Amino acid sequence: MKDITARALNVAQVRGAAYADIRVVARDTQRVAVKNGKVEAIQQDETQGFGVRVIVNGAWGFAASSRLEMREVETVVAQAIAIAKASAHVKARDAHLGEPVVNKESYETPVKINPFTVPMNDKIDLLLRADEAMRRVSGVKVARAEMAFVRENKLFASTEGSLINQEIVESGCGIVALATDLQTGEVQVRSYPNSVGRHQQTRGYEFILEQKLAENAPRVAEEAVALLTAEQCPSYDAATIILDSSQLALQIHESCGHPIELDRVLGSEAAYAGTSFLTPEKLGRFRYGSEVVNIVADATVPGGLGTFGFDDEGVPAQKTEIIRNGIFVGYLTSRESAHQLGLGKSNGTMRADGWARPPIIRMTNINLLPGTWDVDALIADTDDGIWMETNRSWSIDDKRLNFQFGTELGWEIKGGKKTRLLKNATYTGITPQFWQACDAVCNEKAWIVWGTPNCGKGQPSQVAHTGHGAAPARFRGVRVGVIR
Amino acid sequence: MLGENKIREITDQVLAFSKADQTEVIVRVTESALTRFANSYIHQNVAENDTEVRVRVVYGKKIGVASSNDLSPEGLKRTVGTARAIAQLQREDPEFQSLPAPQTAPRVEAFVDQTASCTPEQRAHVVGVLCKKAKAQNVVAAGAFSTTATEIAVANSLGVFAYHPGTCADISTVMTKVTSVMTETGSGYASFTHQDARQVNAEAIANEAIDKAMRASHPVAFEPGEYTVFLEEYAVLDLLNFFGMLGFTAQAMQEDRSFLKNKIGEKVMDERVTIWDDGCAPHAIPLPFDFEGVPKQKVTFIENGIARGVVYDTPTAQREGKPSTGHSLPAPNSMGPFPMHVFMAPGDTPKSEMLKSIERGIWVTRFWYTRPVHPMKVLVTGMTRDGTFLIENGQVTQPLKNFRFTMSYLAALNQLRAISRETKLFYSDWGGASRVAPALVVDGFRFTGTTQ
Ligand SMILES: [Zn+2]
Repeated sequence: MKDITARALNVAQVRGAAYADIRVVARDTQRVAVKNGKVEAIQQDETQGFGVRVIVNGAWGFAASSRLEMREVETVVAQAIAIAKASAHVKARDAHLGEPVVNKESYETPVKINPFTVPMNDKIDLLLRADEAMRRVSGVKVARAEMAFVRENKLFASTEGSLINQEIVESGCGIVALATDLQTGEVQVRSYPNSVGRHQQTRGYEFILEQKLAENAPRVAEEAVALLTAEQCPSYDAATIILDSSQLALQIHESCGHPIELDRVLGSEAAYAGTSFLTPEKLGRFRYGSEVVNIVADATVPGGLGTFGFDDEGVPAQKTEIIRNGIFVGYLTSRESAHQLGLGKSNGTMRADGWARPPIIRMTNINLLPGTWDVDALIADTDDGIWMETNRSWSIDDKRLNFQFGTELGWEIKGGKKTRLLKNATYTGITPQFWQACDAVCNEKAWIVWGTPNCGKGQPSQVAHTGHGAAPARFRGVRVGVIR
Repeated sequence: MLGENKIREITDQVLAFSKADQTEVIVRVTESALTRFANSYIHQNVAENDTEVRVRVVYGKKIGVASSNDLSPEGLKRTVGTARAIAQLQREDPEFQSLPAPQTAPRVEAFVDQTASCTPEQRAHVVGVLCKKAKAQNVVAAGAFSTTATEIAVANSLGVFAYHPGTCADISTVMTKVTSVMTETGSGYASFTHQDARQVNAEAIANEAIDKAMRASHPVAFEPGEYTVFLEEYAVLDLLNFFGMLGFTAQAMQEDRSFLKNKIGEKVMDERVTIWDDGCAPHAIPLPFDFEGVPKQKVTFIENGIARGVVYDTPTAQREGKPSTGHSLPAPNSMGPFPMHVFMAPGDTPKSEMLKSIERGIWVTRFWYTRPVHPMKVLVTGMTRDGTFLIENGQVTQPLKNFRFTMSYLAALNQLRAISRETKLFYSDWGGASRVAPALVVDGFRFTGTTQ
């Protein structure tokens, strides 16, 4: 493979590229899904190819192909160069990457049990057991359980001299029970460990075993059915809410992770994903949240879905501060954007979705650092509030200010105790006001690095896998309930 | 592009390698390029060339699927082997009867050479026009212009062979009026989709978005509440997407989560509403067969407000003893059948007259980040974006800050005042779906919040 990368970089330089890099990527994915006692899908996909990124005449070009042959490599490099030359017709300034980055290393996700060698029967059995346990609960209309595994091998080489080999392995799983009542038209759903299909980490099959899907299945199913007759979550202009760690993970993703992406801030996503309210003059000054809000971008946390050795510009994985004691202090950057804004070196967040897409700034693991509260103590400390758990719906504006989230389940809290189950709970707010109203974060005992395997951004669209460490946290004065 | 003959060689090879009782092979060739611009210059510019071969093998009632983009004979053999290994580990699917038998899908002409061969220079020229016009008006241009050529072929061991080549040019832009660096005050949106890249009129697209951006400058916050809305085609697209996803499929019906459940034959929307799926409509972005190679039937979902039917793939159809309507996605899939070509019938009112009929209301250019809150009610929340205005006495008078809405799309099509004579074609890179939508005037649209 190294002869192919060397040839690509050589051809690029000969044809006038000031900078070039190539990524050769092979990705295997396996998905096993069962539904209502039936194995719905077993699927194994492999895709391989390479993408070449060049700067010519101060402008970017990128081309990619699935045909890993020497002749094709030359054709694709020529195509990338032609594209860059066309880009240069409509450019504002020359692209600069700042200081050269040279790394010659390799990285592998630490894995205890290789998920690709676990017998398929074991996987099917585990899922069917969870599925059956859910369907034993009457009122469950659809039970689903799934696992997914990813193995990505990538080789990165640049004209600056980097040569990096990486193997990233991910394991994910989830179960979901859907309960319906045709009489009332009510449809309720409960998921575990997380919604939107599954929870996922950069770990091996040991992660799947730890989730104890079958053991949790009866509770998940019972909650789905109980929600059919649960009270509608009331509406309040200003309520106290406690978010469980998985819902909080999505809150972090949407209202912190996206607005700190420097490419959004600089307008690159203006027509699609949107821009950001965290404009550069706010850096180091703006009160984003309360004193208890501390958020970092950490591509090194074990198991995080945004954990790797090097990003797709060859920059090492890092841990950087984003929010310190409530003050906004850092962006996610690339080499070009960090240089453009005078922020020094990239903090290593450029990632591409496979071989066919160019790297763009993506979240790594955006983690809310643990606070001091035990979960039970926090509930006991809450006189009148609502516990909200597991995301059901999410929406946020293109500057990442106005959001609305719905959760699968709500619990009314009265006098420090969970009292009655609530359905269709939603809350809405404005990002900095909301985070400024955070008065308690739970401690490391309840802290989980959740995985979000479905973050969309970019044109052509790219899906990224990101991580979000969080423990339950309490927010005051939140507007709750708009469904009727 | 590989061409029909080369693709048939691949499918023949796969079928010959496989010793399964039944075998299906899907070949998808994608040659696409996309020129992306922001801050009025090209900042990303990409091209991609890929061919995916997906093999489904059936042993008795055991099924396995594998895919790869390795087209060498060894690669194809390996993919067949992986699919077989999976099938052998599978449980029996008692519902499985057979892969579809051959039927003849109509050939629909949808491939324009000039789109397939569009060069980086040609795309840069179009983008250059948008950026130049933006600069002249002191607005900032962002967006993307893509040209895509695809070939899709489905073959199976029962004799199915269906092949369709198609092209699509798609351009969209957000123009933003700025007062000082990065302090934006208003934005406008425009997009255009056609099989033929030569039909892209850069001037017209730029003018539409720039005009809106200029008028959107200095928006004011407006009290949320229920208002009459003028929904441009861009916004109505979202209604069609959600109806398609949440309600118009046999799987949603069979799982009791479609709003059409037990409503077939009943009036569910305003009597002027007619919505259907037609994969063979020549002027959209057609695909005349599905991913099992079954010809696409025209399926009417809503006819003059009355619920008529939903789309089926082979498994959902067999469950009800009906023929598939040709709306399968590639196997295996958890979503079930999917309507890829949804059309809403135009009305008879020109958009200009629709506006005149509104005494007080809100103009919505498009929706953003919409998510279902309650599927049975088709209750959706989301934001407005890129051109939200106050309408007074039949005229757009004032730009507004964007709203959050939480509204039943089903209720919206029951509170209809007018449907435009004009319609617009849309393409989504998500699964290659296309949509045709008119503009609408809807009463009592529920805005539940506003942004800063
Ligand atoms: Zn995201």
